[in-house]
Amino acid sequence: MYPSLTNHSGDLFAEFDTLQRQLEQLMGLRGWPSSIRAAGRGAFPALNVGTTEDAVEIYAFAPGIDPAKLDVSIDKGLLTITGERADDVPEESDKVTVYARERFSGGFKRVVSLPADVDGSRVDATYRNGVLRIAIPKHEAAKPRRIEVKSH
Amino acid sequence: MEMNTNQLKRESTAQNANTEEASLVPAVDIVEDDHGITLRADLPGVSKDSLSIGVDGDNLTIEGTVSLGESQRMQPVYAEIRVAHYKRTFVLSRDLDATKIDASIKNGVLTLTVPKSEQAKPRRIPVRAD
Repeated sequence: MYPSLTNHSGDLFAEFDTLQRQLEQLMGLRGWPSSIRAAGRGAFPALNVGTTEDAVEIYAFAPGIDPAKLDVSIDKGLLTITGERADDVPEESDKVTVYARERFSGGFKRVVSLPADVDGSRVDATYRNGVLRIAIPKHEAAKPRRIEVKSH
Repeated sequence: MEMNTNQLKRESTAQNANTEEASLVPAVDIVEDDHGITLRADLPGVSKDSLSIGVDGDNLTIEGTVSLGESQRMQPVYAEIRVAHYKRTFVLSRDLDATKIDASIKNGVLTLTVPKSEQAKPRRIPVRAD
């Protein structure tokens, strides 16, 4: 019933993870479908995608990155975010002990399919509080519009 | 481990009972040197104003709320972050000086240092020869 519990490493932080997973299961969050391009757990950065009437917005949760080292590109309805995050943990030595190293470091690449017909030539990307927000306007034809019903 | 299982179940039930909002556990790096402990936590979307750090007895709690400033009319299409709240608690030890914690947040990364209390700083213990 709780397969994650039989797999205990004795590590306190692994237990934190276990607790989080269980809570997520209980809250019914685990049953949500995952993107086929993000089926692996814990892909970095985590992505949220939403749409408004005018645009598609992508939020990448990528803290601690130099915005100059973020690369965003769009090709055929696929958005690709690549970048690199520096390792902040010093080498372990006589005087330095590392107790936890959970934060992601190294190069990353995320690909997400855009949910609507968008205009890839007018992309707005801003980085604030560690979240990269990418807004891509929809093509005029893809925007919702009212169709008038004529009466005879 | 059996006790832990029960603990987990109890905590989960408590969480459901008071319908408290679920929170994410932020990833951390924790490093100790002669001066104290440095903790870094990933809190993307959390600003200085929506971050709270509290010490209660031996417990150090980090809490933050994500604010993306998105439009009210936005329809979610796909979401990997479905909870807008981070929380994680650590137990400090007596050799650390909780009154001198220093914290700063930049680009969604919290850096927190807890210095060692003066008497706990490393020193050599002379060994007497009889």
